[in-house]
Amino acid sequence: MKYVKQFLIILAVSFIGECLKFWLPFPISGSIYGMMLLFILLLSGCIKVGQIEDAAKFLLDIMPILFIPSAVGIITKWKELQEIWWQIIIITIVTTIIVMVVSGLVTQTIIRKSKK
Amino acid sequence: MNIFTETVCWGVLISVGSYIICDNIQRKKHLVFLNPLLFSTIFTILFLTIFKIDYEDYYSKSDYLYYLLSPATVCLAIPLYEQINVLKKNMRAVFWGIMSGVLTSMGSILIFSIIFGYSHSMYVTLLPKSITAAIAMGVSQEMGGISSLTVPIVIMTGITGHIVSEKVCKIFKITEPIAKGIAIGSASHAMGTTKAIEMGEIEGAMSSLSIAVAGILTVICSFVFVQFY
Repeated sequence: MKYVKQFLIILAVSFIGECLKFWLPFPISGSIYGMMLLFILLLSGCIKVGQIEDAAKFLLDIMPILFIPSAVGIITKWKELQEIWWQIIIITIVTTIIVMVVSGLVTQTIIRKSKK
Repeated sequence: MNIFTETVCWGVLISVGSYIICDNIQRKKHLVFLNPLLFSTIFTILFLTIFKIDYEDYYSKSDYLYYLLSPATVCLAIPLYEQINVLKKNMRAVFWGIMSGVLTSMGSILIFSIIFGYSHSMYVTLLPKSITAAIAMGVSQEMGGISSLTVPIVIMTGITGHIVSEKVCKIFKITEPIAKGIAIGSASHAMGTTKAIEMGEIEGAMSSLSIAVAGILTVICSFVFVQFY
């Protein structure tokens, strides 16, 4: 039952996140509210890491798998993407790499400068 | 009525099975292109196409995987909390790193939209592509884009980030764990973050942070960028 208890706590925080999404007018997802809320609860000591650690480790471990059903959903958008799919692929790959390089190098440069 | 509408377990069996097989092969042979997330997605799509199964039939059998996604995303707060000291020490670098990522993402979409001559609605559809799907959908919708089209593009971005992140960091000599995490999270949201978690604790924590911060910054900045095209 240890895992169930831990999972229950995580689920409760997720639910409050979803409620916030329902109540607040911003286009921010419930899971992001939940993540911020859990972070605050951990910081303030209301929840100890040990109380949710095992269930959380499991969830984080299987996270890539959780994306598969949505990723397969690309087939339902085949028609819309048919004509421009090659442009979308170019845009996706090029911008992802550019963003990664810029934000990585900006972060690294500031860290190294402040170390000196 | 056929075997696939009357049974339940095959959906997860196919997707998770192909994921695990691919993951095992990749670990043994170190083949980067054999990405388990990409491979299991392609395998499942092929399976559905070959057996002429509707996506809805598959989804109704595997949607409980999706239900776990929200609690799993919430749990990303834990690695971040465990690295709170690293974050405190590098607040400035972290913020400007994510900010530069958000601006670069939206700027490059602007340039590509001009190059390909997209409509305003297509431009806005692409604009939030680097952030987590649920927020991206909201932004796209709010600005007059096609939100159902934003989702597959966000997912393609995530898979791309998941695959290329190790190589990109190596080629461009991004070696600081904090910088790696910020780069991956800002460019490819939660799907990339799963890769960052594999790389190390600091990488995972910083990437988790980037999902939330990049998401929120994109919401704010999109109000400016929507005016440009």
